[in-house]
Amino acid sequence: MEKHQGVMILAEQKNGLVHPLTYELLSLGRDLADDLGSTLSCALTGMEPLDPAELIMRGADIVYLVNPGRPEGMVAGPAARALTDLLREVKPLVVVAGATTTGRTVMPLIAVRLETGLTADCTSLAIDPETGLLLQTRPAIGGNVMATIKTPSSRPQMATVRPHAAPQAGRNPARRGTIVRKDYPMGAGLERLISFVRDETQLVNLQEADVIVTGGRGMKSREGFKLVEELAGVLGAGLGASRGAVDLGWAPYSHQIGLSGKTVAPKVYLAIGVSGQIQHLAGMQTSEYIIAINEDPQAQIFRVADLGIVGDALKIVPRLTREFSKARIKIVDKHLKENNISNRLSWEETLVSASVANMD
Amino acid sequence: MHVVVLLKQVPATDNVRLDPETGTMVRGTQDNILNPLDQNALAEARRIKSLDGTTTVTVLSMGPETAVEALREGVAVCADRAVLLSSRAFAGSDTIATSKVLAAAIKKLMPVDLVLAGERATDGETGQTGPMVAARLDFPVVTFVRRVDVQEGALSVERIVEDGFEELEVDLPALITVVKDINEPQEPSLKNRLQAKKVQVPVWGPEELGLSTEDLGLKGSPTRVVKVFSPKLARNAVMFDREEMEMGIRQIIDKFTLLNVI
Ligand SMILES: Cc1cc2nc3c(=O)[nH]c(=O)nc-3n(C[C@H](O)[C@H](O)[C@H](O)COP(=O)(O)OP(=O)(O)OC[C@H]3O[C@@H](n4cnc5c(N)ncnc54)[C@H](O)[C@@H]3O)c2cc1C
Ligand SMILES: Nc1ncnc2c1ncn2[C@@H]1O[C@H](COP(=O)(O)O)[C@@H](O)[C@H]1O
Repeated sequence: MEKHQGVMILAEQKNGLVHPLTYELLSLGRDLADDLGSTLSCALTGMEPLDPAELIMRGADIVYLVNPGRPEGMVAGPAARALTDLLREVKPLVVVAGATTTGRTVMPLIAVRLETGLTADCTSLAIDPETGLLLQTRPAIGGNVMATIKTPSSRPQMATVRPHAAPQAGRNPARRGTIVRKDYPMGAGLERLISFVRDETQLVNLQEADVIVTGGRGMKSREGFKLVEELAGVLGAGLGASRGAVDLGWAPYSHQIGLSGKTVAPKVYLAIGVSGQIQHLAGMQTSEYIIAINEDPQAQIFRVADLGIVGDALKIVPRLTREFSKARIKIVDKHLKENNISNRLSWEETLVSASVANMD
Repeated sequence: MHVVVLLKQVPATDNVRLDPETGTMVRGTQDNILNPLDQNALAEARRIKSLDGTTTVTVLSMGPETAVEALREGVAVCADRAVLLSSRAFAGSDTIATSKVLAAAIKKLMPVDLVLAGERATDGETGQTGPMVAARLDFPVVTFVRRVDVQEGALSVERIVEDGFEELEVDLPALITVVKDINEPQEPSLKNRLQAKKVQVPVWGPEELGLSTEDLGLKGSPTRVVKVFSPKLARNAVMFDREEMEMGIRQIIDKFTLLNVI
């Protein structure tokens, strides 16, 4: 057991690009490695990313490219087999992956093969100064309590971490590190990825979005719900929906936030016409800043909000959309002026037509 | 085809408590329900069974004696057989220890072609049990599944991921975890419920499963809850009432500008 040392994060990629969540893991992993006085490594399976050196510039000391160029490595089962072999060889003390559909599948497969503990969905990780153990903190029971968990004796200590648990690691082109290629068997290919279809209704990835605008039954109709979509549109925000709204067919299930939908923690969460039943709160109450708009001053949602407006959402939302497009234009204007760019009109026009044209 | 469905009994979400001393969940007299996503797993088993007269369904649950209720619901929906996995030795299990027991029971039920589980349970919310059971059985696993097509010796499945949908082919035997989108579970008929009440549910413990109690329950669980605390919950919202709508809107814009998220 003493031989285990260092921190390893599992990187993710899509279409040759490193997933932004990986940069969060790098900053979080760097802190843990520094606290332990050890190295930070980063493992990536499947296709070779366009620029693995980016991972070093953002904090990794060693990058393991596991079975590079082999697309099977994008599927959980084969990836887990190869990564298990890597972990047996490298013997890190701590292994961290993102709490994504990939991380949440690969990590349990590895944990069983190494017979070690795994904590899902952590919102913070720290090193206990006394014991040097990894303190894994996560919400439990629908976010009503927080629990801190330790893995006292088995190694490595493993955890998946939710998006937004740490800032993205900055880029330092002067950082040096090593890139190591590894090849391991990936098994018989019992599961095969046939195709991927992008969810066209989801313009912004909910789990990564800085801002999420969510509509509930209080939007009254499909048309009312469109107002929420428009607001999300001008803000470039993720579009969420309560189960009430999903059940009425106003938004697809992939947008549902809550106990039986997605768990999110954006910088700003805007809940509009959502009552705030405990099952909804379970999916969003760890958001950094929560704004609620509801007709009913007694609505539960106000209990978890930082800012609340009592009133008719059908009136307030179009106002917000308009104000935000104006504010945006001002920002773009300022930016253009500062940079001496003269095609101001066309910018303004695009924005106005994109967001306000169909409002009046 | 032999389908096994893993059913977990969970506290109804509105009345869960944590013991502040031990950090474990307090259950018992409170209302328990079948984990909502496990209802979807069951409904999928029923659909698969309806496609082919030779398919049989077994439901399994590890838990206290009250978990027999979850199993009876499984029988009322579609199961031909139910087994309760219960023993003092299982108490305090984390997902590593739970998956050991579930996998041992599935091995005893072999041949098994398909194992269905919920993507996650509303109490632990780990979503780890399914993949962990699959790893112990050396079955391929597909998680977050929202469509299953049964083919000869394989399944074609659709899986929901962050930015879209993956289609995969997986050889049987396999384990699948399902999301709510997969189907609309229906209440079993009263008649089926009554019949399910009469079904004998055998109880398997460590002995029946051939497991040593040394690595079960708390002893077989590598993780320990060391602290439980309240998150910052009541946020004391700054409120704007009907007459102050304009101010409220202004405030929202200012906040967005301040946080630099416009
Ligand atoms: C096992 C289980 C799992 C569940 N999982 C989820 C989940 O994942 N996600 C989820 O969201 N729910 C979930 N639910 C359902 C949850 O309990 C609520 O029923 C649901 O969240 C309600 O949706 P809503 O807030 O849109 O609708 P409602 O509860 O009907 O609330 C509508 C709100 O809009 C307000 N309103 C009405 N008109 C206006 C107006 N003109 N302007 C402003 N406000 C207005 C009303 O005051 C009210 O507060 C689950 C339930 C169960 C039992
Ligand atoms: N004790 C248990 N008995 C039977 N099935 C379980 C048990 N725990 C978890 N499961 C299954 O694993 C799924 C995910 O649970 P969890 O890992 O606790 O989030 C559940 O939906 C069940 O299908």
